[in-house]
Amino acid sequence: MSTETQVHAEEHNRDNTGIRLGMRVFLFTELILFGGLFLVYSVYRYTYPADFHLAAQELNKIIGTFNTVILLTSSLTMALSTVAIQRSKRKLSLFFQFLTIVLGLFFIINKCFEWATMFHQSIYPGSETLLNESEGNILFFGFYYVMTGLQGLHVIVGIVLIAFMMRITAKGYITHNNYVKLENTGLYWHLIAIIWVFLFSLFYLIT
Amino acid sequence: MGKQDFYTEHSNGYSSYILVWLALLALTGLAVAVAGMNLGGLIVVAVIIIASIEGYLILTMFMHLRRESRVFYVFVSAAGLFLLISVILLFSNSSFQ
Repeated sequence: MSTETQVHAEEHNRDNTGIRLGMRVFLFTELILFGGLFLVYSVYRYTYPADFHLAAQELNKIIGTFNTVILLTSSLTMALSTVAIQRSKRKLSLFFQFLTIVLGLFFIINKCFEWATMFHQSIYPGSETLLNESEGNILFFGFYYVMTGLQGLHVIVGIVLIAFMMRITAKGYITHNNYVKLENTGLYWHLIAIIWVFLFSLFYLIT
Repeated sequence: MGKQDFYTEHSNGYSSYILVWLALLALTGLAVAVAGMNLGGLIVVAVIIIASIEGYLILTMFMHLRRESRVFYVFVSAAGLFLLISVILLFSNSSFQ
């Protein structure tokens, strides 16, 4: 079989709908994971409203807003990278994927600085300062570190995935006829952005 | 060239994504502004609603959720609605205590 015939056969046999649906089902499980955490957070917020209100004021709203803008912009660049490859503009797609990685790294660096400041103030799970605070206070920061930490891990995984996508896009495996892997990576990245929007609202804004 | 993928044929242009991004930034600014106001328990509902609108925009415009089968769309909507109502109820109760 010639290479051209092979490529056509692969395109004909590839089930793009199934591939996309499979990714969406996985993302649905991610939604349930974070949704469950949000529910538990809500229950304890209901139990310790005053403590959660006071503890939330320790968080830096400016850094949180900046991180939100960074992630929303990275969602845009990821979407644009898919549009670019749909139009056979490989270099433009690579540029947008690279931008997405850079923005993701900015997010992680910001998070590191934010956590470093809180560690410096001895506000971290298990610290003596925090253990001497009220139960509601301890719970708030426990939730904060677990939920934003889990979201941060997802961002790191997303960065690795996009870096892999960049490699296979550059090698020509992602084309205007075969970009479903890039699209699925984009879906993952957009879900991370949605989760952060809710984390930002519930931890930083509702004080 | 083979038959084009449905998604490739019906893909949105760059400008539509940029417009959605601008709307998301505006909504984020609105949420921050509302959070700074003295509205009592209404802040909770307002901020969560704004976050939900942002989530909806990302789900439908960036993730093209509407292009998937209706069943999946209903699944995600049901899960999202359940979470939204639970969180609003719990938060509203705590704000009025």
